[in-house]
Amino acid sequence: MSLAVAGARHLQALLGSLGRLARSPLSTALTLLVIALALALPTSLRLLVTNAQLATGNFASAVDVSVYLKTDVPLAKAQQLAQAAGQRADVAAVTVIAADKGLEDFRTYSGFGEALQALKENPLPHVLHVRPRAEDSSPAALESLRRYFSAWPEVDLVQLDSEWVMRFNAILEVMRRLLLIAAALLGLGVLAVIGNTIRLEIQGRRAEIEVTKLVGGSNSFVRRPFLYTGVLYGVGGALLAWGIVAIAVAVLGESVTSLARLYGSRYVLRGPSRDDIGVLLGAGAVLGWLGAWISAARHLRSIEPRA
Amino acid sequence: MITFERVSKRYPNGREALTNVSFSIHNGEMVFLTGRSGAGKSTVLKLIALLERPTRGNVVVHGRNTRTLKTRHIAAFRRRIGVVFQDHRLLADRPVFDNVALPLAVAATPLKEIDKRVRAALDQVGLLGRERSLPLELSVGEQQRVGIARAVVSKPPLLIADEPTGNLDPDLSLEVMRLFRRFQDVGVTVVVATHDLHLVREFGQRVIVLENGQVHGGDAPDTLPSVVARR
Ligand SMILES: Nc1ncnc2c1ncn2[C@@H]1O[C@H](COP(=O)(O)OP(=O)(O)OP(=O)(O)O)[C@@H](O)[C@H]1O
Ligand SMILES: [Mg+2]
Repeated sequence: MSLAVAGARHLQALLGSLGRLARSPLSTALTLLVIALALALPTSLRLLVTNAQLATGNFASAVDVSVYLKTDVPLAKAQQLAQAAGQRADVAAVTVIAADKGLEDFRTYSGFGEALQALKENPLPHVLHVRPRAEDSSPAALESLRRYFSAWPEVDLVQLDSEWVMRFNAILEVMRRLLLIAAALLGLGVLAVIGNTIRLEIQGRRAEIEVTKLVGGSNSFVRRPFLYTGVLYGVGGALLAWGIVAIAVAVLGESVTSLARLYGSRYVLRGPSRDDIGVLLGAGAVLGWLGAWISAARHLRSIEPRA
Repeated sequence: MITFERVSKRYPNGREALTNVSFSIHNGEMVFLTGRSGAGKSTVLKLIALLERPTRGNVVVHGRNTRTLKTRHIAAFRRRIGVVFQDHRLLADRPVFDNVALPLAVAATPLKEIDKRVRAALDQVGLLGRERSLPLELSVGEQQRVGIARAVVSKPPLLIADEPTGNLDPDLSLEVMRLFRRFQDVGVTVVVATHDLHLVREFGQRVIVLENGQVHGGDAPDTLPSVVARR
């Protein structure tokens, strides 16, 4: 069979499947809606996770580690320590804030300028500001950084806001797993819905299948239109799911913007990215094909031309 | 081309439709299969088209033993046999054209070729111009002829027909038989099951008579003087 002929055959089967779907618009629409809702749910959950992550900014870069040295450590030693720490692979940058500079800043910004004039000695220590590399900013990585600095005898105190980061990342992790579970369960649901729809269609076209087999139609020939129907259901449902999510984002967008404004943020709710849409449509196509294939494999075999 | 070797067929309900049937039909032969109702004519044809497998014995068609043929080869096996059914088996919701085109579609024939061949086949059974009709808009005899067109459209080397003239008037019956003989003339093997002894006599082809699931008087034509007259 030449490629062009094969292409024409597939096109024909596709058009045939489309035609049959169009002939029973109500049941087709209902099936599509069920599939769309099942696909829209994990997509929304995914958007929730991405937006939560984006809205709160990238904590990785927000969390700097402040290393307070003991007051008797000289500046030269502080600089030496800073250089050593800068060699670490998980450290992006280290800046030394000398005690004098610290005091000056404090005078300028604290409003205690006058009172501080009275100090004879600078009570502040030298401080190292350590910025971890973005990819090494997981709570565990931050914790290991903290332990590294704490071990130095010159260090008085290591401060990082890792608890909050840890909690937030834990919540995100829970949401991500929830997303996976929801996606798996609802994917199974889509398989079942499509499989059942195909089963009904196979039953409805029993006579046609029998006669096709009688005149020498192979199993793959008989199966083909059902696979197309499955893929059309899957992709159609995914497109509808995209629409549902887009509407939800549009409806929510405004209130999210004003909520963000109350917190002094100009955050705008993100819709699905191109990748998200690709995954959604791909999942629809694959689930549709698979559901139809499983159903066809089960139910077509039992239809042999009765003599 | 077709060999039945001590074939018995027992249906699941226990009814033995054929008992120890042996005969062979050569390439390019045209053979009539006759016998009373219930004698086993349709069963023989079903065994040839692999709609049933023998309970005992072997049925060999085109060099393939239907007992051992793998399931995945059945479709290709059937594509080499044109079948006219007793109840013509048309798809009621498809126009005549689609019904006749089906054997070509399953064999991945190019669309242009399908169009040409379907018209030629419909022309041969005198139904050109009825492509868009639905089967139920045709008379029973016309439906039967659509079934014949479908059986011959892919030019199979073997044509089997179960009562193809059952619903046709004598003139049309004769016409259909002449059509079958034209296929035989171009090398197609033709097996026709029929009650119509008058027609059988008229055509003077080889006859296999079935009686109670057995070949009457063996396979020797001269033992059936009443119906057999070699061409
Ligand atoms: N699917 C079946 N299940 C059980 N018994 C069957 C089946 N098909 C046929 N039979 C029986 O097998 C015997 C032969 O039937 P068959 O259809 O081959 O006869 P026939 O010669 O074609 O008859 P007719 O001229 O009436 O078409 C009959 O007794 C019939 O009842
Ligand atoms: Mg019969």
